[in-house]
Amino acid sequence: MDMLAGKVKMTQQSVNNGMNPTDMLERPIRLHAKDVTVHYGAKQALFGISIDIPDRAVTSFIGPSGCGKSTFLRCINRMNDTIEGAKVRGLIELDGEDIYDPALDVVELRARIGMVFQKPNPFPKSIYENVAYGPKIHGLARSKSDLDEIVVSSLRKAGLFEEVKDRLNEPGTGLSGGQQQRLCIARAIAVGPEVILMDEPCSALDPIATAIIEELIDELRENFTIVIVTHSMQQAARVSQKTAFFHLGKLIEEGVTEDIFTNPVNKQTQDYIMGRIG
Amino acid sequence: MNSLIIAGLLVLLLGLAYQTGWSKSRSLVTPDGIKVHSRPQYHGALVAIWTLVPALLIVGLWANFGDSATRAFTVSQIPPDVIMGLDEIALNATIQRIGALASGYGVVGEVQPFEQAAGAALRQFQFLSFLLVVAAAAGTGILALLYARSRITARLRARNAVERVMNLALLACSGVAILTTVGIVASLLTEALRFFTFINPLDFFFGTVWAPKFSSTGTGDAGQYGILPLLSGTLMVAAIAMAVAVPVGLMTAIYLSQYAPRSVRAVVKPIIEILAGIPTIVYGFFALVTVGPFLNKAGAMIGLDISATSALTAGVVMGIMIIPFISSLSDDILNQVPLALRDGAYGLGATQSETIRNVLLPAALPGIVGAFLLAVSRAIGETMIVVLAAGNSPVLRGSPFEPVSTITVSIVNQLTGDTDFAGPQSLVGFALGLTLFVMTLLLNIVALYIVRRFREQYE
Repeated sequence: MDMLAGKVKMTQQSVNNGMNPTDMLERPIRLHAKDVTVHYGAKQALFGISIDIPDRAVTSFIGPSGCGKSTFLRCINRMNDTIEGAKVRGLIELDGEDIYDPALDVVELRARIGMVFQKPNPFPKSIYENVAYGPKIHGLARSKSDLDEIVVSSLRKAGLFEEVKDRLNEPGTGLSGGQQQRLCIARAIAVGPEVILMDEPCSALDPIATAIIEELIDELRENFTIVIVTHSMQQAARVSQKTAFFHLGKLIEEGVTEDIFTNPVNKQTQDYIMGRIG
Repeated sequence: MNSLIIAGLLVLLLGLAYQTGWSKSRSLVTPDGIKVHSRPQYHGALVAIWTLVPALLIVGLWANFGDSATRAFTVSQIPPDVIMGLDEIALNATIQRIGALASGYGVVGEVQPFEQAAGAALRQFQFLSFLLVVAAAAGTGILALLYARSRITARLRARNAVERVMNLALLACSGVAILTTVGIVASLLTEALRFFTFINPLDFFFGTVWAPKFSSTGTGDAGQYGILPLLSGTLMVAAIAMAVAVPVGLMTAIYLSQYAPRSVRAVVKPIIEILAGIPTIVYGFFALVTVGPFLNKAGAMIGLDISATSALTAGVVMGIMIIPFISSLSDDILNQVPLALRDGAYGLGATQSETIRNVLLPAALPGIVGAFLLAVSRAIGETMIVVLAAGNSPVLRGSPFEPVSTITVSIVNQLTGDTDFAGPQSLVGFALGLTLFVMTLLLNIVALYIVRRFREQYE
């Protein structure tokens, strides 16, 4: 318990750790979105979103409920395709490639852009099978030992291996909420994605589990481009280097996290940060 | 007529009691603000219960013992010398004649003077006893009402008492279902045990020949009652039915729940459900007139000798009958799998069919297996299709292309027509019914166990 408390403290101290603003702006652009609009049936949910997402950094989307931040996130790996009546217009490019190009295979796209959901959603299978599932369907492992290696290294990267190494064959649903969420992160990592999208990954977790996940996100940014949607401004401040503020389906302001929180240009952003709206 | 009057009286009492309790409770609330424990509705309900229960008890007592009292009175009205000359059957007939005279229906034959007199006396007795019951019920009810009313105070916990009574009433209702089950099992069991006094249970459960002889053949030989030919027929037909229904039903459910656009679903689902509403006897015609001859010709083309009425015919048609059962249950179960699981698989880049095969079906499997087992128990108990289409040939055979007979068909054969329940010829029906009941009961228990055991997997 003492150790965990220490972790919480450490994470809170590490606001914007290690990366200065200019460094961040010099990073190559991984994802590029231009004029993205989304309609659900007759209702328009997003209005002309344009944003660049830098490589190997954490970008956070903040804003009040229903502002379109999750909708935009789900455009990036085309999860909106599974919703009946959803219509996405505009351009989204991953490394200069249009992800809505009809010639592009959505299955491959989702292997390159992993996703972690709001509520931990491990499959009703063993811990091992949960992580091994993605590599299996994409044929990433040639042999059983290959697969074992992928599973173990993914669990390690997700900081879960030590806790579950003796019970890999037990059901993933038997873990605690925080462990389940890290299992879902391991499951996403196992496919070897370049980008990981996280849709409010901590909203169903307690503060300690949240702190552990936040620390994990910080470690993961070494190897992955991360986009996180969050309700909590403190979380955005703690884990992200770039922040975008959404309101009523529009992108109001985006920039280096430190700037957004200390020196917002837009009045609405200011109000939200100060707690006057949302 | 009389019972209508009593029912009306009780309703009247009920309303009166409720109103009394309600207004008494209202009167407790005074401007100086006494806090009343329960709302007036609860006081009203409590007084109503207090009033109704004793009144109902008296009416119920009369309903139970009134008949024997009436009978005793009637007997007392018949002159002793007449009674001496009557045996029991004749006495019952006389009592019935008197009853008919009393109610003014008239009787066959000449009315004897003593019957006329007894009828008139009985009429008077019935009228008086009815008045007495009504008066007693109303009187007790009103006394109870007054007592209950006097007990209403601000601190009376009427709400808790009413809730407790409701609780008991609900318990009693569920008890009806349980008691009915127990009653059915008991009646099956006693008759089956009588059967086993004629036939050795070993010969019944392990006999391979089914050849019951009716007593009218006059040989005195009861015949042979081996259940195995029937059991094998039943299982064969059920297995064929499941082989047809499981793949078709499950695929239908997958299509409807995962692939079908809303517009298609809106049309297809009701049509499939119509299939479930067709009477089984109509399926029987269908089997006899269409499917049987078709299978016969199709078999002839590939050199198979398929009888038009066979296990195959009955099984295929029964399978068609079960399809909506399986598809609609499985559809519900697949739709209950949390959307988050589906999203999780898509998020990893799984295709739609991979998601269904590897995530949705395993998660839904316990429920689907439960649906299968419920369908099997329906197939085993199904009667009309096999009566018409299975060929009614209770011989132990291995081929599904030949006529068979099932347990249900044999029950129909043994229990229809002119039977008395004294010999093994008809009592065997109960033994067969008991066997069937135990089989389906075990299947249902296994199904429920599987559903419960694996249910929490995705919680």
